[in-house]
Amino acid sequence: MSIIALSGSVDSKNAPAIRDELLGSLKDAKNVIIDMTEVNYLSSAGLRLLLLVYRDIAARNGKVVLVGVSDEIQGVMANTGFIKFFKLAATEADGLSSLA
Amino acid sequence: MDLRVDYYPTHEHDGYKFRRGRVLPFGATIVPNGVNFSICSSDATACWLVLYDKGEREPFTEILFPEAFRLGDVYSMIVFDLDYEKLEYGFRMDGPCQPEVGHRFDKSKILCDPYARVIGGRDVWLAKPDWNEKYQHRARLAFDDFDWEEDKALEIPLEDLVIYEMHVRGFTADPSSRAAFPGTYSAIREKIPYLQELGVNCVELLPIFEFDEWENNRLHPETGELLINYWGYSTLGFFAPKAGYAATGKFGMQVDELKTLVKELHAAGIEVILDVVYNHTAEGDQRGPTISFRGIDNRKYYILTPEGYYYNFSGTGNTFNCNHPVVRNLVLDSLRYWASEYHIDGFRFDLASILGRDQNGAPLSNPPLLEALAHDPVLAKCKLVAEAWDAGGLYQVGSFPAYGRWAEWNGKFRDSVRKFNKSEAGLVPEISGRVQGSPDLYYYRGPTASINFITCHDGFTLRDLVSYDYKHNYANGENNNDGGNDNDSWNCGYEGETSDPGINRLRLQLSKNALTLLMVSRGVPMILMGDEFGRTQNGNNNAYCHDSKLSWMDWDLAEKNAELLRFSKHIIKFRQDHPVFRSRNYFQHRDYVGAGLPDISFHGTSAWYCDYSPGGRCLGFMLSGQHAKEGSASDDDIYVGLNMYWDGLVFQLPQPRRGAQWRVAVNTGMLPPDDIYDSCEAIPLENQNELVIGGRSIVVLIAR
Repeated sequence: MSIIALSGSVDSKNAPAIRDELLGSLKDAKNVIIDMTEVNYLSSAGLRLLLLVYRDIAARNGKVVLVGVSDEIQGVMANTGFIKFFKLAATEADGLSSLA
Repeated sequence: MDLRVDYYPTHEHDGYKFRRGRVLPFGATIVPNGVNFSICSSDATACWLVLYDKGEREPFTEILFPEAFRLGDVYSMIVFDLDYEKLEYGFRMDGPCQPEVGHRFDKSKILCDPYARVIGGRDVWLAKPDWNEKYQHRARLAFDDFDWEEDKALEIPLEDLVIYEMHVRGFTADPSSRAAFPGTYSAIREKIPYLQELGVNCVELLPIFEFDEWENNRLHPETGELLINYWGYSTLGFFAPKAGYAATGKFGMQVDELKTLVKELHAAGIEVILDVVYNHTAEGDQRGPTISFRGIDNRKYYILTPEGYYYNFSGTGNTFNCNHPVVRNLVLDSLRYWASEYHIDGFRFDLASILGRDQNGAPLSNPPLLEALAHDPVLAKCKLVAEAWDAGGLYQVGSFPAYGRWAEWNGKFRDSVRKFNKSEAGLVPEISGRVQGSPDLYYYRGPTASINFITCHDGFTLRDLVSYDYKHNYANGENNNDGGNDNDSWNCGYEGETSDPGINRLRLQLSKNALTLLMVSRGVPMILMGDEFGRTQNGNNNAYCHDSKLSWMDWDLAEKNAELLRFSKHIIKFRQDHPVFRSRNYFQHRDYVGAGLPDISFHGTSAWYCDYSPGGRCLGFMLSGQHAKEGSASDDDIYVGLNMYWDGLVFQLPQPRRGAQWRVAVNTGMLPPDDIYDSCEAIPLENQNELVIGGRSIVVLIAR
């Protein structure tokens, strides 16, 4: 189990660096909780970053839980279909119990 | 990839690093560390790449393509370290401005990339544009990765399709849709259960290539209502989806949103056909704006008169020069892109006859573009449907160059069924052909060449077809001069809405007749959005400029006209339950499986005698179920009795297969629930020899 927090804007400028860091630190993780409470903008590149993490984790039969996703970002994720790959939880505690 | 030896910069301008690019593919492609730009022009003398931050009026840099970067007519360049989510780009081209020989270069204009996969500038539907902005329609980059999982085009056999023609925005824009994001691709996803319940297995979307809804906008001279380009038959770019139809258009995510819609429709068993407009562009004639093609290679992209003006076979100002090899490749690239990148199942070509004209506008007997599309390996399983006429007088219904692949909107089906359904005499011979899939038109191509329809976006809705004798287009602000006059409609005794129960009952009955004729005919049925529950446009037969309740689907009608909706669902299901209606081949008018009955037989009020005389209004036909799918499927025998005379008549019934009994499945002359049954509920007729069919009614019997 890994818990990772993102913050600010996740877009094409920083997505490659975040991706490399995330995939590196998640090498041995089965399940992941990504805390998005502090994320105020998620661009196309940001959505793709999350999906890459999902694919990486799903290949090990793990799950990705997103915590604290704002309503607007949830709307964008729903409209673009990305939401179906993830579990969503309001808080980290909820996220943990959803993986139990 | 990052280690490739050719992905390092060789040049620098304004602090931006670049190098010679790759010629193919055309357009802008994300490559390691940069973006590859490629564009062709045969007559330009110089070309610049103009780069903007999203939404900025002034570019942050402009790079001249060095002569060394040109190969043939193609200019290409890789620029490094661009923020590709914030980037907008265009081209500036220098060259001769000599309209009399076809050149209209204008160095002051910024030109949109003909291969742009995303076009910004109209990101949110009807958001007011900045008219002072010089570069209105701005090319952007698109991510082409998408997680399709197992999805692919469905490849439903054409004969099994039931097409539902719809406008993306109009389908859910009305508050009655209760959609979370009304008028969007996303909202269609919310309505997938409705489409499934209705029973259609294909949606045909009115144009979704990026267009400018503000084009030719004006205020109605009397009402002050804003009139816009609502339909969207005016393409800005052949690779970019309409951003204003995406809930996420303001974030530039329309590509993902549309792909998600296609993926989910496919998961629900519903195909997607796009209505595509390659016959002209949004640039209009010499008075129109220079957006892209005019400033890149005017002479190549448009069919010009000897004096350098624009031929207008499309009725919209210009004509795209589709059989020029460069333009032909652009069309082919575009279609392949939609088929491969968006998993689109088929295409309906607006004014497709233009695609068969040569570079001087003359019709070709063997048009290279149509042949190329018919034989293209990527498009091999895509449906190709032609609107087989144009505004220049070419009418090719039945004679469109098909190469064994193309289907057509069958305008003759529409016209004859409309006339028959309003009791015009003398249509029996014609209708007997239409229900067979129009072998008079498509004998060598088969019934799947015939897309059967009675109504489409262009013309009356089904409800208006039975409610108006004349078009009522005053709301269009053109003094009722626009729109067709040959509607073959009938108001049933009163022009427009009425509370007269007799008239309303008759309108409902004629609507059921129309839907029944569509569903029992061989060929491919297409219904118009909302016709299943009586959508009206108040008699407007050309609602192209209305983004309002006039053109939107009113979902409250589902309840108000529940009787018609129930009938529509059942009659679609009836077709899908009976393979005998659905075949790729024509009837042979003989018994070739030993059923004791021919595959099809025609009757009148007397069995085995069809009255083809000029006064006739009655017809019966019997399909032998053992001949379904040429004998490879088994089905009930089916008898369809059509009485378009205004009084009830006794119809003698032909005998079905030995031991089987006729049961009533449909009777449009009856009130619900007796107007249509589930096949399994059908009760045997007491009198198996004859039946009274009410005036202007259709009865469908099944025998098993």
